[in-house]
Amino acid sequence: MGQGFFLLFAAVSVITALTVVLARNPVHCALALMACFLQISAIFVLLEAPLLAVIQIFVYVGAIMVLFLFVIMMIDVREAMSQRFLPGGNLPALVMLVLLGIEMSVLVLWSDRFSVTVPAGGGDEIRQLSTTLFAGYLLPFEAASVILLVALIGAIVLARKEQG
Amino acid sequence: MVPLSWYILLGVILFVIGAAGVLLRRNILVVLMSLELLLNSVNINFVAFGRIYDDFRGQIFAIFVIAITAAEVAVALGIVVALVRNKSTLKVDDVTMMKG
Repeated sequence: MGQGFFLLFAAVSVITALTVVLARNPVHCALALMACFLQISAIFVLLEAPLLAVIQIFVYVGAIMVLFLFVIMMIDVREAMSQRFLPGGNLPALVMLVLLGIEMSVLVLWSDRFSVTVPAGGGDEIRQLSTTLFAGYLLPFEAASVILLVALIGAIVLARKEQG
Repeated sequence: MVPLSWYILLGVILFVIGAAGVLLRRNILVVLMSLELLLNSVNINFVAFGRIYDDFRGQIFAIFVIAITAAEVAVALGIVVALVRNKSTLKVDDVTMMKG
């Protein structure tokens, strides 16, 4: 049952990711990215990381994508919609991407250390996770909060209209 | 149950698609969204490996990646708004202000 669910979520996430890259309208890209993030959050649930799934939905779908849509609406995207997108426009980059994908896939499929199955976990993991996060990783947590504050101030300063 | 290699392969596919978006698209907004895709594929790998080795550090690093991504998106979208206000373009090739 888990395999069927995984294949469903993986297929939908890959299709929506392709839509993000191939769609011409940035609004369509943003909506497809939102769908992709929802599928990835479902995959986190399959991996028994429910806290991370909730964080994914809150932060990505709730905050970041709304920010993207807000900025897309502030900016005139009609010119971007009219320009054509050719996948073969940058041939060296395309060749490099194909080589990268083939290399990583071959390495993953070649090694037999990746063939172990994900075990089914027990409960009470969020308690241990939060204990680890707030005991062992308190300093990086506070550093992340300071970085978020700096980003908030920086975004306000950057997006502000110039005086006079 | 699902083998680990499936999760890693999903991460590989999403990473390549995101890299294609960063390298091939010319719209700044789509390039930023493809960056989000790249970071998410890395998050899948973190959580899958953390699950296999029964270690919480995978999830903790994924949480940090999400937090830093939120900061990055806020700053990047501020830069995009300032850029559109000054140069009124969204194409990556037209932004050459810092080019020598």
